[in-house]
This record gives sequence, C-alpha cells and structure tokens, in this order.
Amino acid sequence: MLDRIHKAQNLCQAACKQLGRQINIMEVCGTHTVSIFRSGIRSTLPKELKLLSGPGCPVCVTDQGYIDIVLQLADRDDCLIATYGDMIRVPGKNSSLERKQAKANIKVVLSSEDALQLAKDNPDKTVVFIAVGFETTAPATAVVVKEAAEEGVDNFCILSGHKLVTPAMRALLSAKNDKIDAFLCPGHVSVIIGYGAFAEIVEDFNRPCVVAGFGPLQIMEGLGEICRQLASGKAELKSIYDAVVTKEGNIAAQKIVAECFEAVDGYWRGLGKINKSTLKLKEKYSRFDAFTRFKINEIPSEEKTGCRCGEVLCGLIDPTECGLFGKNCTPQEPIGPCMVSSEGACAAWFKYGRERAH
Amino acid sequence: MTEAKNDRILLAHGGGGQLTDDLIRHHILPSLNNETLSELGDSAKLNVTSNSLCFTTDSYVVKPLFFNGGDIGKLAVCGTVNDLAVAGSRPVALSLSLIIEDGFEFKLLDRILASIGETARQNNVNIVTGDTKTVEAGAADRIFINTAGIGIKLTGADMGFAKIAVGDKIIINGSIGDHGMTIISQREDIKFQSQMQSDCAALAGLTCELLENTSGIKFMRDPTRGGLAASLNEISRSSGLSIEIREVDIPIKPVVQAAADMLGFDVLTIANEGKFIAIVSPESVDDCMRICKNHPLGKDAKVIGEVCQSSDVPLVEMITQIGGKRIVQMPYGRELPRIC
Repeated sequence: MLDRIHKAQNLCQAACKQLGRQINIMEVCGTHTVSIFRSGIRSTLPKELKLLSGPGCPVCVTDQGYIDIVLQLADRDDCLIATYGDMIRVPGKNSSLERKQAKANIKVVLSSEDALQLAKDNPDKTVVFIAVGFETTAPATAVVVKEAAEEGVDNFCILSGHKLVTPAMRALLSAKNDKIDAFLCPGHVSVIIGYGAFAEIVEDFNRPCVVAGFGPLQIMEGLGEICRQLASGKAELKSIYDAVVTKEGNIAAQKIVAECFEAVDGYWRGLGKINKSTLKLKEKYSRFDAFTRFKINEIPSEEKTGCRCGEVLCGLIDPTECGLFGKNCTPQEPIGPCMVSSEGACAAWFKYGRERAH
Repeated sequence: MTEAKNDRILLAHGGGGQLTDDLIRHHILPSLNNETLSELGDSAKLNVTSNSLCFTTDSYVVKPLFFNGGDIGKLAVCGTVNDLAVAGSRPVALSLSLIIEDGFEFKLLDRILASIGETARQNNVNIVTGDTKTVEAGAADRIFINTAGIGIKLTGADMGFAKIAVGDKIIINGSIGDHGMTIISQREDIKFQSQMQSDCAALAGLTCELLENTSGIKFMRDPTRGGLAASLNEISRSSGLSIEIREVDIPIKPVVQAAADMLGFDVLTIANEGKFIAIVSPESVDDCMRICKNHPLGKDAKVIGEVCQSSDVPLVEMITQIGGKRIVQMPYGRELPRIC
C-alpha cells in the first residue's frame, strides 16, 4: 500500500512544481473530509496543494428556513417527527430539535423504513419524515413514499430537503470568486448517479472530476490522478472507485427517484438559491408532501451574525478563519451547521485539527 | 393472578418487611453466598491487614440489560474490580446496591444476580454488603446497580502521572471498541453478519500478575467511556508529556471497525470494559508483554506507542496507516449516528 501512496504523493509534488502555484482541490463529500482528517492526509501533501471541504454534508447545506419549518412542525401535538440523528442538533432561529426532544414527539430513525413503521404504529398521529440527504438517501425516501401510497398509510408524509450534488458544483464554479481547480467527487453519490453524471462539469468548466472511495489509499490515488491531469493540462472524467461505481450508476434507484420526485429550485445554506437542485415530490404523490399537507412555503432565513459556514462550504475560507470557530461555536454549542454534523468541515477541523490544541 | 404477581418485583419488596426478607433470603443470598454477607449485619466486618487500601464506587445503568458478552450484573462487578485493579490493588470486597423498578421480572433479577455471583467468585472477590430499593414504575429504567469496592494496595505498585517519562511505552491488552459498538448496535437493533461481543471482563488477575512480577509499570488506566482517546488525553494532560501512537499497531476487530465506520464513530473514542492501558518503562516492556501474552485477557496485547517530549502543549498524536500524522482529541460530548 505504501508504494501506491508514494506514487500518488509524487504525482502531487510534480504537479505543484510544474504549475508553480497553489492548487485547490475540493473534496465534495463530508465522508471524504472526515477520512482526510482521520488518516492525516494533509500532513503528507505538498504545502502548495490545498484541500477545500465542499458542500457535501447534507446537514450542513440544509437551509435554516427548512430547520425552522421542522421546529414548527415539532410544536404541533398531532405530529411525530422522524429524523436522522444528525439533524437533531442543528440550530434553527431560536431552538433545535434536541432542545424540543423532551416533548417526546421527536424520534431518531436510522432508515426511512423506520419512519414509515412509526406511522403504522401511531395511526392517531401524522408522522413527518425529515427527508434530507443527497442522491444517496433520496431513493430510500422514494421507496417508502411508494409503499405508503400502495398500503394507504395516510398519516405519513415527508418534508423533502433532498439535494442534488451536480447543480451545487455548477453553482460553485459559476461564482465570481471561484478558486477550485478540480473536484474529488463523492463515492456514495456516484454509486447511485454513476460517475458519468460529472461529465457535464468536465465539459462545461474544464475541471478534472475524479470519483474515489473513502479509504486513505483511494483518496490519495484520487488526488494523485487529479494532479496528473492538472499537470498535463487536460481535464478528464475518471472513477478509481471501480469496486462499486459504474458510469451509469444504479438505474433502479434513479428510476424510483425519477418516478417520485422532480428537481426544483432550492435554497442551500451558504450557497443561496440554486436552480433545479432540490427534490420535490411529484403531483402524483403530493398527499405525502408535508409542504402541501401543512400548507408551508420554504422561506430562506437569515443566517446568524458572524457564522461563516457559507464561505466554508464554498471553499473560500478554512473553518479556522471564522471568528466563531472553537470559541462561540463548538460541537457542544454549535452555531453553524458545519459544526453540528460529524461530517461537517468545521466539526472535522475541530476534532482532528491542530488549531484547537493551541 | 397472585401467581403472576409473584413473578415480579413489587414496591413492597423494598418496604423492609416480609417481602424484603424473602427477596434477600431467596434471591440475593443464594447467588452471592459468602460468610460475611450471610450474617446480614448492618455493616460488613472485614479482616484486612494493610495500611494502604483503594476504595472506589461506580453506578451501572446500561441499556440493554443483557448484551452479547455480558449483562448489567457482570458489568457492575467487572467495572468496579477494574477501577481497583488499575489503581494497583487486589480487590477483596464489593458492596452491591440495587434500585429496582416496580414490576421488574424476578427471572431477570435472578439472572442478573447469578451473573454477579459467578463473576465475583471467578475473581475471588466477595459481595459483603448491600442494599435494595424499589421505586415506582417509571422512576427508574428497570434496574440500576451501584457497586463500591475495596482493594489492598499491592506493595510493588508505585504508580502515578508523575512517574511517566519520555520514552515510556504504551501497552494495551487487546482490541478496542468491542463493548461500545456491541451496545450501540444492540440498542439500535442493527444486525451485522459477524457477531460483535462486549469485552466485559475483570482485569485484576492480569494486572496483579504484572505488578507483582515487573517493576517498570508507571501508570494504568481502564479506557471505558471516551475510549482510548479520552484515557490517552488524560494521561498526556496530567503528565505534561505528549503521546504518539501508531494506527497500524492498535488492535481493532474488523467487524468493530466496519460497524463504527457505518455509524460514523471513531473507534478510538468507543468504550471498553475489559481493557487497560499500561505505561511502562522501556526496560520492562518485554517482561510485561510476555506476561500479557500468557494470560487469556492479554493474548492480543500490543505496544501501541510511546511517551514523547511535547514541543509546546502536550498532545496525543497518531501516525496513520499511510504515514500521515493526526491529533487524537479528547472526545467531545456525545456522538450522533450519521445519515449517509
């Protein structure tokens, strides 16, 4: 393994030497961010190579307006909120699900199936599943929406906050202050959408896109491949995560998502409104749409003063450059979402970085 | 109807009358049988000839009560025995306090008591005094246990943070994370193809053997809540020295690693219940490892790193598998399962 690591490191060094400037590679996915920290990859890279942590943590990019809607629903006595664990500590304007958890109508679930089961077990309540995540979790939500429709579980609905990765990547590259040279593309998302989905980024923006798995060797080889491309001056689409990623992806999963959802414009924390970036239930399934059922419109809300999660998510600053980092904002008392999720860039920097120790 | 009631603990079992007496004589004494306890005095009389004792207490509220590799009873004995063991003492006597919720099934109580009795006997430690309380349904979660323990300080044990020096080696007696990941996966009802098992075990046998047969043991600690990461950080902070561990040398079972990865946990922060870390002088590391390897609870022991000079602040750092370096932080609050 060490031979292959050294080979990848050499490719990185050669590219830095040849280009003679800082190289900025964004790892889109939060799981990559955590693995990069855990395996100490930064300490083995040339100092001219900078890794930017991108908007690939679903909790982090969920707009505060969405959280506020969840909190409003949690206040209703006729609702049970079913949520993935990461979401419960994300602060809304005035509260978080964790602070409301004493009310006992908030249940942490590990899968969408658990949420549907909760609805079956509690026929006198409306179960609202807080459906967040990228293309990886959207198929599981689609499956239970279909099941609920087939079985007539009418007290079940979802509050879709599902997001799509490629529109966000396009938005980042279209921003004026973009400094991203290449993307290390997410492995899990690619299992579903196929690595072919990133072809548009390579073609339209001429940036290397390399899909890699989550072990340190995969990440290093992914970075090596990106650097090889940068040195050669030719951006390519490539996956080195052959074990599970194909060009086409999981067709069955794509089909069921397409059957239940359509892409609409949506709000991202830090990135604002992005065209066709959020999944909304189609008309056919609108009775399972919590937005429709409770007549809610998602309104973007202002972020708390001082929180620079948006700039962190865009790769414009390192978490430590935010004035709140480690002082007012810690995993215990998070202000921004990047500090809440274990996969958030700020939490990873806090947990594994050198800065806290000083 | 009456028969069904006899199957369960009632509030009246804590009332101090006939039912309390029945509970003690028919359920507790048979499991924990020993002379001191059988006297049922208000205090236990111990004949101990030592002018240096260790004394500790711990409460047990684990959920589920029965888990793969142990149960709350075994845990209540092992946990307190281990606190005495890593302090350099030989455990001699424990107290046992039960707080039981109204309606708790006798058959479960008997299983727990049998487990307590068996674990105590295996480790040559007597339960010499105790108490039972019953509380209304809802006032406790089925059963809570407190144990306190007394141990006789071993004459050869001379340990403390101040003894730790640059160059000392760090030994762990086996794989980490087994207990915590077993509990988490059973609590969440997640099935893995390969079964995980808690490492719940009493360590006094092995620690006493080490302390009596080697001279260079500077410090010991059992990495329970907060795991290896918390214990190493405590050692680093209190000794004012840095610690460097090597990822490739830390024993972690593949199934534990896979479960932790799946749920988004760092195994270094996961609880253990049958592990100790020993900081030993370089001269005695071979002797310590030989003793560990010959003991069932130390056969997978490893030297995982060493104590080093700190450049500015004391830090725990890990050389990763790919040769990178990262800080191992003190775990921060509770961790949440991740979503993707």
